[in-house]
Amino acid sequence: MRELELFFGPQHLGMVGNFSITLKVEGDRIVRADANPGFLHRGFEKLMELRTWMQNFPLVCRINVVEPDHMELVYSMGVEKLAGIEVPERGKFLRSIYCEMARVGSHLFGLWAYANMLGFDTVAHWAMYHRDLLLDLFEELTGARVYHIYLRPGGVRRDFPDGFTDRLVETLHKIGGKVPDYNATFFENSLFKKRAEGIGIVTREEAIRMGAVGHIIKATGMKYDIRKIEPYDAYNQVDFDIPVRTAGDAYSRLLAIRDDMIESVHLIFKLIDKMPKSGAVYTKTPNPFKWTIPKGETYVRCESSRGELGLYMVSDGGDKPYRVHFNTPSYNHGLTVLEKALVGESISDVGNIMISLYVVAPEIDR
Amino acid sequence: MPKTSYLNPFKAIKYLFEKPQTLKYPFETKEIADRYRGFHKNDWEKCTGCGNCADICPNKAITMVKIPELKDKPEEGKKNERPQLDYGRCCFCGLCVDICPPGSLTLTKDFFHIHFDTKTFTFIPKDEKSEPQTYKSAEDYSIFQASLSHRKENYDGFSPDMRYALFEPDRVTMPEVEPGERILSFIEQVIGYDQEQAKKEAGRCLECKLCEEACPAHLKISDYIDAIYRDAPKESLKIIFEDNPIPSICGRICMAHCEDACSLHIRGDSLAIRWLKRYAADQIKNFKKELEISPGKPSGKKVAIIGAGPSGLSLAYFLRLQGHEVVVYDELSGGGGIIRTGPPTYRLPLDAVDKDVHNIESLGIEFKFNTRVGRDVEFEELLKNNDAVFVGIGNTISFSTRVKNSEKCTLALAFLQDNKIGKQRKVTDNIIVIGGGNVAMDVARASIRLQHIQFPDQPVITKTVSLEDWDQLPATETEIKEAKEEGIQFNPGWGPKEVVLDNNGNIKGLLCKKVKSVFDEQGRFSPTFYEDEVKFLEGSMIIEAIGQRADFSFIPEELFKRLEFTDRKKVKVDANGMTTIPGVFAGGDIVNINMDAVTAIADAKVAAEGINKLLCHD
Repeated sequence: MRELELFFGPQHLGMVGNFSITLKVEGDRIVRADANPGFLHRGFEKLMELRTWMQNFPLVCRINVVEPDHMELVYSMGVEKLAGIEVPERGKFLRSIYCEMARVGSHLFGLWAYANMLGFDTVAHWAMYHRDLLLDLFEELTGARVYHIYLRPGGVRRDFPDGFTDRLVETLHKIGGKVPDYNATFFENSLFKKRAEGIGIVTREEAIRMGAVGHIIKATGMKYDIRKIEPYDAYNQVDFDIPVRTAGDAYSRLLAIRDDMIESVHLIFKLIDKMPKSGAVYTKTPNPFKWTIPKGETYVRCESSRGELGLYMVSDGGDKPYRVHFNTPSYNHGLTVLEKALVGESISDVGNIMISLYVVAPEIDR
Repeated sequence: MPKTSYLNPFKAIKYLFEKPQTLKYPFETKEIADRYRGFHKNDWEKCTGCGNCADICPNKAITMVKIPELKDKPEEGKKNERPQLDYGRCCFCGLCVDICPPGSLTLTKDFFHIHFDTKTFTFIPKDEKSEPQTYKSAEDYSIFQASLSHRKENYDGFSPDMRYALFEPDRVTMPEVEPGERILSFIEQVIGYDQEQAKKEAGRCLECKLCEEACPAHLKISDYIDAIYRDAPKESLKIIFEDNPIPSICGRICMAHCEDACSLHIRGDSLAIRWLKRYAADQIKNFKKELEISPGKPSGKKVAIIGAGPSGLSLAYFLRLQGHEVVVYDELSGGGGIIRTGPPTYRLPLDAVDKDVHNIESLGIEFKFNTRVGRDVEFEELLKNNDAVFVGIGNTISFSTRVKNSEKCTLALAFLQDNKIGKQRKVTDNIIVIGGGNVAMDVARASIRLQHIQFPDQPVITKTVSLEDWDQLPATETEIKEAKEEGIQFNPGWGPKEVVLDNNGNIKGLLCKKVKSVFDEQGRFSPTFYEDEVKFLEGSMIIEAIGQRADFSFIPEELFKRLEFTDRKKVKVDANGMTTIPGVFAGGDIVNINMDAVTAIADAKVAAEGINKLLCHD
């Protein structure tokens, strides 16, 4: 049969973000897929070399629109490790709660994207609305809805406002109360299951070989989560589970995301219970105009909602980083895993598979 | 895997009967969060124009622009610059708010700006007070007109909060000898920072340079503080020496106008600039050798300097660097002038004075000590034999109150001088010091030490009496605080009426009258009293410390007639530091009204340039 070359994105309804794929198809079957990143390259890693340690943290969040918070976290962790700064106990809990809020918000956003992609508009609207409730809380806590710029090297920028945890618990109960509705209309909907089950299968061996992390590897039955492997902040002080699935297809991946989200909500409740009631929320860092960090290099990682997020940072003893490099999950997922998972699938499932991999294009282009 | 069904989704039908979740914007609006990071607002009265917001801005969205209608007030630490925002660049991170030392910059909950002209996106934020037409009350505000020139009043969002400020408001405490211990001897009160403390304190500097404009001698403060932070005291001292050749002295007794202007001073403690200078000066044993200072190429010109005080010493140094031959005349046995005799040893030990003087002397400057111009050498002779003469004689004659029996009193300067470089004065156990300035504090605090030395383990009293009330006392806050700590009693708001003697003609006490006002309507010193309201202060010794004047008796009469004075009875000098007698320059206490060491250095800088111009022009 004759081979055809198809361009999917960057201007395509089914495409999330500025990203494209070149497909080679035989009839409806995909023979080969080539990912095309680079439409959103803003040179973050280079820009960071020109800004001081303190000036960088309003910048890093912009690498990932959907979930800026873990970018802030991993940068702060890197600076703290290089400079030898300890985060105070309450600061650690505040950070963890903040990051789990971000995880729930990000998963809801992912749910919106998936439901929207497949035409489940009702579910998509619910997800967007519920994310908005979380954004209200973010606005109250940090002063901004999307780019929160809340974590700073050494802790957080402001303490929780009075009664914040009560409102957070209330909102999470509200969202949690809708999970049965989500299940009924989406996850336990045969229409959805038919579209998602058995497509874009990534086996565990392949996942490990291609460096897949997060929900992709969790959907193959592996409990791989940095919060457990290398606990940071307050994660070693609370008990939580890593929900996994075994089939490795798009459907399992989405259920893994849903379970992760529910687990996160429970985790926030546990963190709030255990959190010290008062105390410092950040460690004072030196004068931002004179802050130099001793020569050294570091690699830190955390579990973002898309999986392991790493940061390699070098200081030459100056007031700015000498080199910054992010190891983002979307890079592996969007380039390696996607190219593999698409082969043999039909054209109509391209968007479906891509979103199940949860790729955020700006994370690839840094 | 969960059980699925085609019928499940129909459960969502119940949502048909629920209220919509969206708002009918703009008719329905949402409450904006209290920490919202929206448009900027700047309190122009609080803003100092320090520019820290512009420095921290990661996107360079803030530029400082000159506002001509605002006045530059360097002595108060205020520049006539205000931040201008470019909303094409701003990322609303709020770092500018957290770094703002006066806390004038705030982010508000406003975030609407609709305009056809893109230039309006660059704007200078003001606040309700300075721009009332922009900030509308809740009734006048309309969301349809919302823009940078139509905003809600009192709509603050992300606000400055000292708990989360990016700068360090607290000064590293200077180790000092405790009051109980220090009044027993003349031990130097301030112990000095060690390396770690100095680095930590230097690290607080925000490099806004308000201090440099406030300093009369315009030292490059932020540069030398930064050198201390980088652990390079030698480099720091080199920078200091460019403008100030007597750092050992100034590091101890400078009036520190810079610290009053420090932007950290507004909501915290000012940077300890003086103590850091002292730290740098104390780190280097031999200035000349280690800083590689050497005199300039010989110019063949000769300059005579009368008075080896701060202005004379500094001028000698600056001129010597230009290669001129300099001779300094002073009636004392060592250099320093009033600095040598005035500040008691607990504030300024002689070693520190000599360190600076010896360094300047080692550059090949001739000091003629114990030589009084007018007695040992004639002023006219100096004029004849030199290319220029500088008069930096300072104020050396103490004023007396001239009340009845005041001839029985002791005068401040002689008292201080004898205690410091001569024979310690005999004191009594109950002393009254008349005066409320820094000299009076020096006298009182020296007295209480002498009392403790001469009357060990006995109750002793030193009290001051001054015309000015608490809020007007001319002495610095620190001096007053430390004097109180040492047990000195204050009687502010009382003026001397009569020195009361006993039958043997010895002092019994001071009769005082209540002060009505100290200054007249024009702000000139002209005290008035309630003559009938009196108070008797008991005391067996009275020291008058109410001011000093200069002694011009060495200038021959016909020359003195040509010397002009200003309205404030200061010697009149031109922009080059030259008096109305050609070739005669002047500086220090007889010229400026600050009457402190650093202003004397500033005068010396001006005179050095003036003399250099005069000599090299010929």
